Amino acid sequence: MGGFFTDTFLTALLFGAVTAAIPLLLAGLGEQMSEKAGVLNIGIEGMMITGAYIGFVGAYYSGSFWIGFIAGAAGGMAVASLMALLCVRFGLNQIVIGIALTLGLEGLTSLLHHFQFSRSYPRLPAAEVTPIPLLSDIPVLGPALFRHHLIVYLAVAMVGVMIWVYKRTQFGLNLQAAGDKPAALDVAGIDVIRTRTVAVLFTGGMAGIGGAYLANVGAGLFIPFITNGAGFLGIVLAMLARGRPVWVLVGALIFGGCLSMTTAAQVAGIRIPTDVIQMLPFLAVMAMLVLFGRRAGLPAALGIPYERGAR
Amino acid sequence: MEQTQAGPAIVSLEGVTKRFPGIVANDRVDLDIRAGEVHVLLGENGAGKSTLISMLSGLQQPDDGRILIDGVEMPIRSPSHALSLGIGTVFQHNMLVPTLTVAENLALGGRWWQRPRIAELTARVAEIARPLGIDINLGARVSELSLGEQQQVEIVRALLRDSRLLILDEATSMLTPKGIAELGALMRRLVERGLAVVFITHKLGEAADFGDRVSVLKLGRKVGEITSERLRMLERAALVDEIVAMMFGRQAGADEISIPPRAANDDALLEVRELSMAETSDAPGLDRISFAIGHGEILGIAGIDGNGQKQLAEALAGQRPTDSGSVMLAGQALDGLDVGGRRKRGLRYLTDDRLGEGTVGTFPVSINYFLKQIGEPPLWRSGMERTREIDARAIELTRRYDVRTPGISTPVGRLSGGNIQKVLIARELADGARAVIFNKPTYGLDLANTLATRQRVRDIAGQGLAVLLISTDLEELLSMCHRIAVISQGRLVGIVSNGDRAGERVGRLMIGLAA
Repeated sequence: MGGFFTDTFLTALLFGAVTAAIPLLLAGLGEQMSEKAGVLNIGIEGMMITGAYIGFVGAYYSGSFWIGFIAGAAGGMAVASLMALLCVRFGLNQIVIGIALTLGLEGLTSLLHHFQFSRSYPRLPAAEVTPIPLLSDIPVLGPALFRHHLIVYLAVAMVGVMIWVYKRTQFGLNLQAAGDKPAALDVAGIDVIRTRTVAVLFTGGMAGIGGAYLANVGAGLFIPFITNGAGFLGIVLAMLARGRPVWVLVGALIFGGCLSMTTAAQVAGIRIPTDVIQMLPFLAVMAMLVLFGRRAGLPAALGIPYERGAR
Repeated sequence: MEQTQAGPAIVSLEGVTKRFPGIVANDRVDLDIRAGEVHVLLGENGAGKSTLISMLSGLQQPDDGRILIDGVEMPIRSPSHALSLGIGTVFQHNMLVPTLTVAENLALGGRWWQRPRIAELTARVAEIARPLGIDINLGARVSELSLGEQQQVEIVRALLRDSRLLILDEATSMLTPKGIAELGALMRRLVERGLAVVFITHKLGEAADFGDRVSVLKLGRKVGEITSERLRMLERAALVDEIVAMMFGRQAGADEISIPPRAANDDALLEVRELSMAETSDAPGLDRISFAIGHGEILGIAGIDGNGQKQLAEALAGQRPTDSGSVMLAGQALDGLDVGGRRKRGLRYLTDDRLGEGTVGTFPVSINYFLKQIGEPPLWRSGMERTREIDARAIELTRRYDVRTPGISTPVGRLSGGNIQKVLIARELADGARAVIFNKPTYGLDLANTLATRQRVRDIAGQGLAVLLISTDLEELLSMCHRIAVISQGRLVGIVSNGDRAGERVGRLMIGLAA
């Protein structure tokens, strides 16, 4: 067995883990804000696939990864604004609308991709890498963790930003109140609908960037259904993390590691059917739910539309 | 002009009316709220106090009438608008986020781009709370505080926002007697500092103790006001008498009294002895309830809602286990029998939760008539529904009980409250009813259906059945009961024979005074 754990193998495994973890991290952080504000954003998978498609198209035609990310964020937010309108403003069922958005957009993006590129799957060039000085020279870990696209470091930095927002800002307080006792926020003079809308839009933006990363950096191309449940994993992460951004990062890395194993094990020529290896992330979800899920304290008003004066 | 130390009205209501589907919650209410005064709004449940408050705090808009702030007409558009007008409200159900600390809760409502200024807040809270004798631990999580402490936090929060008017909605309902006294003292200090306080309560004693001015609400209307100078003139006892007369006195135009005649046969048909049930965290228990109802007699149960009425009804019907005591129907003990067994012996219960517990809203009218006989012959045979038999009987019941429904296959949930009630009555009176328990039978019905339902209850008694009529509407009880028992915190505190001055005597029992 010793042969597998060569430096190259480990580097590839870790590098792949980070690459796979970033979309989950972005989706998880985004979903976390919606959930904090009391909106169970099931539509995040749809926001992600939209971000992946629009992000890919943006990057493909402009030749810039950054325009791709911006386009992805805009796509995710467009879907999120629909979700916010239906579920936050009109108070429709968040689960039904979320599933409808996800299924609808998976279909729509496939269709648009087909119209645009027919059956060809054009690739983007490899993303430019920003190595971090000194750290990137560490053996094994350096190339695995510190030679990524700049957006990767920004995504990790978002963890700190989110902690700051939740712990130190007025908006963080408002979010938590909107999720735990929206009526209290309302009588404190803050518009619950607006607070929740902002949270849902943020989720859409983060999911869109995550989708764009998945397509542009992770795969280098868009194929229909490319997100393959990454958004749903984001929901799981947000639920398990119980409002703590750091745990989203930890969870994203664990799931990313499992996803990376799938590829790495194939590269290393381990003779296990790939189907079994591909089950790893989902087994990890179940294991984590069994271990931590029952302790997950979710916001009291999660999933319940707010209506002023309703008793 | 009135000679009081209180200033001019800072908030006035003129002819404010608010309607909800089927009810008028506030009917042309006028109210002046002055600085330096504790203005008590007194009324029973359903008198419209909470609706009035939700309009003052911007949660709801009046349908008619106007609200004046400092003499200028000013619709209160939203909770934040109310706050900016200087109206702070402490709601009956607290409005603090349990997962946040006290300081964080107080900081809620700041502009979103600001940092919560906890240090500044600490200084201001100390400045406000200390003279009022309030001690607040800003770092404590709200879920760890007692209800009294949470209320103090809410009062301080209102003061932090420079409120000129502080509304306290049923503020004493969750407090200990000591907490109530402290709150009274706190209100006094607040008005001495020039604030206006509106204090909502259904307890007469508190109104007399804490109020500078008392307005009495009843069924959405303001039925009287005792001004501050009159209040100072009156002895406490005289004051209480005057308020009781306002709250429970009969008014012109109330529906006519008609108590069904009954034979002088005083054998008890339904007899309850020492029925007891332990209280739970959210519901009162029953404390040695005893009464007897004769043939053709209507016994009313009066009391403020939530004092064990539902528990009593469900215990009698067999829906709730009791700890001790016995129930006898026509000399036979019902103890140990379940709902079905008691029903077979002739004890019937009409729940106040007509759609939730009484009927299955999506089932057709026809099946709802026979919900309690599903699977039994003759309507069901060897597990098979006998549709023709059921339909024939349903048509007959629909006709006899005058249920206005498009057809017997209409889902019962689509009918009006009055017609659902008729379906329930039809079901419960069928096949050998001997004693019937009505829990708030006219609750939520319009006038025509209310009168029809009352007449039906009278008719049932007229046929010689025993009727237990639970109602929070004292007028209703006075208009039809032979005797009225008063329940308070799960205990029967007295039974009054209906007749001269019965209303006042029951009213006094309800609010904890001796009859």
